[in-house]
Amino acid sequence: MRRAGWLAGAGALALGAAVALAQGSPPEPRRQIPNPESGLNYATPETRAIQEDDFLNPAFLWVEEGEQAWNRVEGTAGYSCASCHQDATVSMRGVRARMPAYHPRLQRVVTLEQQVNICRTERMGAPALPIDSRPLNAITTYIALQSRGMPVNVDISGPARPFFDKGEQFYNTRRGQLDLRCGSCHEDNYGRYLRADLLSQGMSNGFPTYRLKEQRVISLQFRLQGCVNDVRGESPPMGGEEFTNLEFYLAWRAQGLPVESPSVRR
Amino acid sequence: MRLAIPAALALLLALSSPAALSRDTQLVPFRIVEDSIPEPLTSQPGDPARGREVALDRSRGNCITCHNMPVEADFQGNLGPPLDGVGERYSIGELRLRIVDMKRINPESNMPSFYRLEGLHGVRRDWVGRTILTAQEVEDLLAYLMTLR
Ligand code: HEC
Ligand code: HEC
Repeated sequence: MRRAGWLAGAGALALGAAVALAQGSPPEPRRQIPNPESGLNYATPETRAIQEDDFLNPAFLWVEEGEQAWNRVEGTAGYSCASCHQDATVSMRGVRARMPAYHPRLQRVVTLEQQVNICRTERMGAPALPIDSRPLNAITTYIALQSRGMPVNVDISGPARPFFDKGEQFYNTRRGQLDLRCGSCHEDNYGRYLRADLLSQGMSNGFPTYRLKEQRVISLQFRLQGCVNDVRGESPPMGGEEFTNLEFYLAWRAQGLPVESPSVRR
Repeated sequence: MRLAIPAALALLLALSSPAALSRDTQLVPFRIVEDSIPEPLTSQPGDPARGREVALDRSRGNCITCHNMPVEADFQGNLGPPLDGVGERYSIGELRLRIVDMKRINPESNMPSFYRLEGLHGVRRDWVGRTILTAQEVEDLLAYLMTLR
């Protein structure tokens, strides 16, 4: 009897899924913050001044390194990025604004970092670069710069949607010994102070970002590890599935904000 | 067998870390009456001077990160209400429940539960199975909060 009941339940679930498919995609999610604000609005005047002047912004050292790497042959195939994508100022325009994105062949969402590594390993015969390493951050910063000012616009429809949903779930799960969810700080309390830190809405449109505290360019997932660690939570690895889906969700939260990489933060 | 030595080492390290020595891994039993815990968690009375340290210490209460406090300190948070006068607004038993587990009063609260073990998710390895404060630290803190009038 119990078994039969379970089977009937499973049947109903499958039917529900089939109906949802027949009716098209699940309903469009609603944003907690319909008119998001960039973290730039929460930065101190000193920090803003550095971001707003490319000659002061130390991230431009990374941009230069990234540009050199773009044209450098690496790996067994004898290619550079430019061998396939030519002029980055043309071919990479808009890429940062629409990533992370669903990768049809891999059937999952990939971040810009992961896409660079996919090109390196699959096309160039070069080793993957560690997530958040200086050479990878240099390339992603150079690529991101080509989208500066363009609105964030990721596509969460169709097969991408389950990955978005997982990211949303991560965002809203209270975790760590302090038992906070991401929104505890970035939705319930932006504009308030956590000790010396003015809480922003935790938008991702400025990444990669130059972090004054670290004195280097950091990737988004390094920042995410910091936030999870601060609530005394066990952080997932950078480059893993959980943070990739979370990054996808964060991009949708920031939809419409201009890409500001490389931004500057405290 | 290959795992035996690292596991033993890890255990030793865990036991010898100061956190492991001071945090409670098992709750002392307490009784909730309406919105308060009337009896102290320990037999040793709370010490307000030590309680003040607990409130300011980043690795213990860290209350000042979220609350304004009537102390000389730069950068006080305002995620929660100011603690000034809190000893007047509440009885010690009411404050005890709020420190032990604010979520019993407001399940949506963003104030951490300082003396709770169950119902947490994804706790960092070095804190698993430990309360944020020890029972004695809670009592010290309460003695301090009662001076805020
Ligand atoms: C205990 C509070 C707290 C929690 C919980 C928290 N953060 Fe943060 N977060 C901060 C602080 C403080 C900063 C730095 C100041 C700022 O930009 O808000 C920050 C910064 C950020 C930034 C950078 C924003 C920028 O403009 O540079 C992002 C993105 C972010 N957080 C995402 C998250 C995500 C995702 C989670 C959950 C996994 C999370 N945060 C959880 C406190 C928190
Ligand atoms: C991560 C943020 C955070 C930390 C850390 C924190 N609190 Fe709170 N606290 C809050 C919030 C938010 C409230 C508002 C009540 C609620 O959430 O239901 C609150 C409420 C309170 C209240 C009730 C005040 C009133 O006027 O009703 C007391 C008392 C209190 N906190 C004491 C403390 C003490 C003592 C500590 C340190 C051991 C502490 N809090 C640490 C966020 C925090």
